[in-house]
Amino acid sequence: MVEFALPKNSKITGGKVWPRPAGATEAREFKIYRWNPDDGKNPSIDTYYVDTHDCGPMVLDGLIWIKNHIDPTLTFRRSCREGVCGSCAMNIDGQNTLACTKSMHDVKDGAVKVNPLPHQPVVKDLVPDLTNFYAQYASIEPWLKTTTPTPQREWRQSHEDREKLDGLYECILCACCSTSCPSYWWNSQRYLGPAALLQATRWVNDSRDESTGERLDNLEDPFRLYRCHTIMNCAKACPKGLNPAEAIAELKLKMVERQV
Amino acid sequence: MSAPNVVKSMRTPLGRVRSLGSSHSGTTDFWRQRITAVAMVLLMVPVIVVVMMMLGSNHAGAAQMLGSPLVAIILLLFIVASTWHMKIGMQVVIEDYVHHESLKLAAIMANNFFSFAVALASIYAILKLAGGV
Repeated sequence: MVEFALPKNSKITGGKVWPRPAGATEAREFKIYRWNPDDGKNPSIDTYYVDTHDCGPMVLDGLIWIKNHIDPTLTFRRSCREGVCGSCAMNIDGQNTLACTKSMHDVKDGAVKVNPLPHQPVVKDLVPDLTNFYAQYASIEPWLKTTTPTPQREWRQSHEDREKLDGLYECILCACCSTSCPSYWWNSQRYLGPAALLQATRWVNDSRDESTGERLDNLEDPFRLYRCHTIMNCAKACPKGLNPAEAIAELKLKMVERQV
Repeated sequence: MSAPNVVKSMRTPLGRVRSLGSSHSGTTDFWRQRITAVAMVLLMVPVIVVVMMMLGSNHAGAAQMLGSPLVAIILLLFIVASTWHMKIGMQVVIEDYVHHESLKLAAIMANNFFSFAVALASIYAILKLAGGV
């Protein structure tokens, strides 16, 4: 059955309150999920105070400031710091988003609460294990598949057909959408999730691809595709403003279209 | 959070995702759920009218109303659409939340039995009254 409660060893207990930075005129409180696989303890929520005059405006700036000035053991992924790489996806103030594009001033009341992406195994602190997520992406075979011999120059595509990829190709695979989806929480081993399905739509819609039917065959399954009930958590979470629910609806429409 | 058991498996992540492959099904149920939903929207008003007209009438009165083929057919259509929709809807809930394989199979079987029994009992009652028995 669905697990509505966390396993015993995942329950959050206590947490350390780190001292306020000396000499800071304005300090922002951060409450951050901590878990270390090596100490055998349960996860905890540590409290930090960030000197906002000495730090950039984004939540990621705050995390980096904490790592540099207070606690070097705080572990998180980050790379581009401008919303392109998708590494710093985490749950901030109850919403999955990118720490680098979320301003800490947009978190209205009290502390900035930072947790790892929901319902994924945690590697350490804010780093989730996305192995299954990436394998699901690989399973939709995200590359051009053709039988026609490769032309001497590019595969050609009209402007209209190219536009059919807009709203799909921009996905950065940060996993904010999939990990915000209850269907994905309950059935992540069988349901492909909004991110992989949006990517699948990107290849199904590509006029240059010659495997559209096989792609649909591969997706047509009560679990792989039809666990989506269009509750739109994915669209709400997407930090790039994409709409995976709409992409999935397009897939379902194509499934019906080739059958009716 | 501890890693789930599957992560400890020696199978590759892609092998686990591909698993038994696609079942190439689900679209029929998805489409049928939409058809029965639209059917119920269309039938809702006539059914409410029929039920309201029957309020307070006795067995003979109900039998007389159901003697009209239009009334009987509206009710029969409504029963077929709603029990079919109910069956598919319940199956979706079971697939969402019940992960224990044998429990899931038993629940889906029970759901089928229950839906068919409700449908047949209702159809039998309507036909019996419509036949004036």
